[in-house]
Amino acid sequence: MFASIAGIIERDLRLAFRRKGDVAQVLVFFVIVASLFPLGTGAEPNQLRAMGPGVLWVAALLAALLSLGRLFAADYADGSLEQMLIGAHPLVATVAGKTIAHWLTTGLPLTLLAPLIGLQYGLPGPALGALVASLALGTPVLSLIGAVGSALTLGTRGAAVLLALLVLPLYVPVLVFGAGAVGAALAGLPHAAHLSLLGAFLAFSAVFAPWATCAALRIALD
Amino acid sequence: MLQAESLACERGGRLLFKSLEFALAPGTLLRVAGPNGAGKTSLLRILCGLARPAAGRVLWSGENAHALGEEYTRRLLYLGHLSAIKEDLSPRENLRFALRLAGQAPQAAALDGALARLGLAGREDVPARYLSQGQKRRAALARLAAAQALPLWILDEPLAALDADAIATVTALVSGHLAGGGIAVLTTHQEIAFASAAASTVRLVLGS
Repeated sequence: MFASIAGIIERDLRLAFRRKGDVAQVLVFFVIVASLFPLGTGAEPNQLRAMGPGVLWVAALLAALLSLGRLFAADYADGSLEQMLIGAHPLVATVAGKTIAHWLTTGLPLTLLAPLIGLQYGLPGPALGALVASLALGTPVLSLIGAVGSALTLGTRGAAVLLALLVLPLYVPVLVFGAGAVGAALAGLPHAAHLSLLGAFLAFSAVFAPWATCAALRIALD
Repeated sequence: MLQAESLACERGGRLLFKSLEFALAPGTLLRVAGPNGAGKTSLLRILCGLARPAAGRVLWSGENAHALGEEYTRRLLYLGHLSAIKEDLSPRENLRFALRLAGQAPQAAALDGALARLGLAGREDVPARYLSQGQKRRAALARLAAAQALPLWILDEPLAALDADAIATVTALVSGHLAGGGIAVLTTHQEIAFASAAASTVRLVLGS
């Protein structure tokens, strides 16, 4: 089971490495969106600091959404997904591997990049720490829920818009508590409760989302 | 032993076939024939568990293949219209990942041997995007050479886009598989190629 998960992760990371542009695209999108806000709203430091947590989280969320399209679509188009469905390992292991690989190529780099952009908003140390912690807990949830949406919209026309409509409402709690954690740290308040809730979302979606993704994939390929 | 029990298939509200019955003993080749749209690919997808039949069931050694799940699919090699070749990976990597999905851990020498058998020697490390259609197809078919141990082969038009040389290799691989007690189910429009591949052949004509 773990060997098969590791095998899928290795494969997807290798593919991502061959197509570095796809990974860079997500990060560049994140940086551009987060950098456009100060240009639009003016560079008043207190105002920037106040809106920093929300802007950074929304930008990270949209960047993650942008990357969902390629989670299953390429494997669906070239027949690899068929082979995964009738592989020797449980499909849920394959799905888990693909989701982890997706997080490693989108969520993790976003989490590592975010504090740099946070500095641009003048966020102090504790808020940057909360930003990294909340993204580290929240972006895996984005990948897990996104995988369900990505599987459900496989092969449909206008999949990108449909995917956004399906997935964004489910992202709202993550956004609220993720940005809330950074906001609380910024105000000098304790933010452990926010992080605990994000951890609960992560535990819940890690258990249920892969099964939902499997069911959706089987329907998509029937 | 692969059995079909009163299989029926419906696509887009149209009944393609119904009450389909066959039983394939080890060493048997099932050649599925029929005009375009008769449901050949649909039957193959049902047999390998990718699609659900409208009625009936597929049995492997007397047990429902659908209920067996991975216990069934781990014995199965399916080659569809889509070759599952990743353009960014080399033939060797493609073959390695395909075999790993099928639950095998091949040695490098076995991979290269399989690719050489399909005439891809010297091209093992070229990204598949630089290969021709026929060579990509050969890279996909290298799974046949590397996965002789899997007892059930389900091949959808394995000879499409191949030259005479590769056709001979593929038919030889299928014959070897059948001689070793394997079962093969395939569709092809090149009937002659498999004429002498198996001691026992069942021919199934759909849409008649």
